[in-house]
Amino acid sequence: MFENLSERLGASLKRLRGSGRLTEKNIQEALREVRMALLEADVALPVVRDFIEQVRERALGRDVMQSLSPGEEFVRVVRDELTHVMGDVGGELDLKVTPPAIFLMAGLQGSGKTTTVAKLARHLKEKHKKSVLVASCDVYRPAAMEQLETLAGEVGARCYRGEADATPVAIATAAVETARKRACDVVIIDTAGRLHVDDAMMSEIKVLHEAVHPVETLFVADSMAGQDAANVARAFGEALPLTGVILSKADGDARGGAALSIRQVTGKPIKFLGVGEKTDALEVFHPDRVASRILGMGDVLGFIEEAEHKLDRKQAQKLAQKIKKGKGFDLEDYRDQLRQVRSMGGVSSLLEKLPGGGQLPAAAQQQVGERELIRSEAIINSMTPLERRRPLIIKGSRKRRIAAGSGTQVQDVNRLLKQMMQMQKMMKRMKKRGGMGQLLAGLKGGGGPGMPF
Amino acid sequence: MSAKKTEKRPLFGRMRQALQRTGGALVRGISELFPGQRGLDALTLEEVETLLLSADVGVEATERLIAELKQTGGGRLREAEDVFAALRAGMLKILEPVSQPLLIPVREKPFVILMVGVNGAGKTTTIAKLARRFQNDNLRPMLAAGDTFRAAAVEQLQVWGERHQVPVVAQGTGADSASVVYDALQSATARHYDVLLADTAGRLHTQSNLMEELKKIRRVMGKLDPEAPHETMLVLDAGTGQNALAQAREFHAAVGISGITLTKLDGTAKGGIVLSIADKLGLPIRFIGVGEQPQDLRPFDAEEFIDALLAH
Repeated sequence: MFENLSERLGASLKRLRGSGRLTEKNIQEALREVRMALLEADVALPVVRDFIEQVRERALGRDVMQSLSPGEEFVRVVRDELTHVMGDVGGELDLKVTPPAIFLMAGLQGSGKTTTVAKLARHLKEKHKKSVLVASCDVYRPAAMEQLETLAGEVGARCYRGEADATPVAIATAAVETARKRACDVVIIDTAGRLHVDDAMMSEIKVLHEAVHPVETLFVADSMAGQDAANVARAFGEALPLTGVILSKADGDARGGAALSIRQVTGKPIKFLGVGEKTDALEVFHPDRVASRILGMGDVLGFIEEAEHKLDRKQAQKLAQKIKKGKGFDLEDYRDQLRQVRSMGGVSSLLEKLPGGGQLPAAAQQQVGERELIRSEAIINSMTPLERRRPLIIKGSRKRRIAAGSGTQVQDVNRLLKQMMQMQKMMKRMKKRGGMGQLLAGLKGGGGPGMPF
Repeated sequence: MSAKKTEKRPLFGRMRQALQRTGGALVRGISELFPGQRGLDALTLEEVETLLLSADVGVEATERLIAELKQTGGGRLREAEDVFAALRAGMLKILEPVSQPLLIPVREKPFVILMVGVNGAGKTTTIAKLARRFQNDNLRPMLAAGDTFRAAAVEQLQVWGERHQVPVVAQGTGADSASVVYDALQSATARHYDVLLADTAGRLHTQSNLMEELKKIRRVMGKLDPEAPHETMLVLDAGTGQNALAQAREFHAAVGISGITLTKLDGTAKGGIVLSIADKLGLPIRFIGVGEQPQDLRPFDAEEFIDALLAH
């Protein structure tokens, strides 16, 4: 796999240097690379073709900006175009109707509809202060209704349970009626997974749609989907007047080219991304970030936002102050750092967002995995405050006590202390260069273009 | 040519029908490329490459196939059918070695199958179909409800088990999955069941803690039967794109995959990714899922698969 598009384009773009503008001839090879990159990212072929044409048109005759190399300029054109195609804004949900606002979910089997219903319910409840009622019209899969009921309980949504032998339409209409009676703001109707080529099932959902007239008809698709994503999206788009798309399982390492295919084929905005197992793992879709990800450039913006959102600013400031004053970085600080990294979903989730980070060998990711963080924290927790402030006093017998207290081995304690020493050295160097200070100042100041990323 | 082949070896209706959707596009595309006599020039090769890529075959496997087409001789491949035959041979060379049926040997203790895969790949559905298959073969299957994470996953298996008289060992949502599987293996051994099918929660291969959990399930089983699990089956959704290769690689690295089941081939998904996986990892492919019915889980057969894939 290629590290990222810029690197991949490197060879073919070297020749572009020296020429002041992008011409048909000198972008030929680069366009081929883009094509391959998109195909590797699972963008559907017809979509790739259209896209390449658009990029060609836009890139041709374009003056290369002073600050950028022709290669960078080309990548910029590609990225802008990708962002543009993906929809310039992530659409919001339409809640401006007489309640209850009815949402209908649709998608293939295993695309993540039910989990998404729970995430949406929680999102509506927490971000929009809406009361939500959910109902499952999946009369086929065993225990599908129990699944939704359990999830609804977890996220604090009401759940309408249909009769055992009720039809999907009967369940949906009764759910809407219940929502109206109980003055719920939103009712989300979950449906059974269905194949787009299954005529009977597709007409079932059409009938369902006509029966409840949803304000939002959301197509849930797996972001790991391949070339077929375009066919599936087209079929669902033709059967139902979709209002938006939700991409599930976007927390894996798939490039997510399906996003582009689906967006292009349906013409409907991608509204959310499902990014984890938990019910709060729903993110508003940002076209630019997914564009970067498809191109393998990492979701730097997402990283910054997440860091901003979750990092404890006061703590960061405290640490920055401390380092500035020339005081050492001690184990207390180290523990704080460990906790913050964990609260952001572990090192691997951070790495994924950085350019090239997703391609780190699994072994390397393992080394800095969740377990390691927990273990390190346990070791530090087993120390006395004095030991944490002055790690140098930790010798043989203290080490044995700490290892026993944290359920680890003396070697683990040694490793942690060694890491600590390395961190201290790094901090000293950073202080000299002002790197860490800048980084923390950046976080403090709300990110923005000054970030040293 | 392919039509004759099909007549000679009538394929199972459903599978052919299902895979034709896949094959149709591919062949139509190639035929369009070769109107009458045309050499296998660079441009054509690029188009063949494109076609394979759009069937989710993957860059690596595609390149290997293309290289072979080139080798088979640019000069001789004049007709579309020649290219077609050469391509078929090339694909067969990759898939034949991995076309290995799952054989359940006669043994004292239960034959344990551990099902793994990402969320929504079709693990539970495949377990149900496999259990029915074993029942038909006069084997007694038992199920372990190891998906203790997803809401109502345990109930899903239990409801199904009751319907088909298959015992399900479960502890409930939130329980330790390894402990459920351990209990199940103990019970299956004591009650002399032939096959134990262990379900697990779907997990993305990038979640290291959940991959560790799988390793633990494996380890714990080993305490009761050092050889268990006898089959670690990765369930792959045919609709998955290039990420399926990463899935196979990571699951294999974590728990050692011994067989693959490719589900949801009854849609329009190409499933071409198996070529890529076979090419890179050489993992045996056991079954393909081509429908909702138990009999729609069929043993994978390379020739049938490719014939159907390339059939008009």
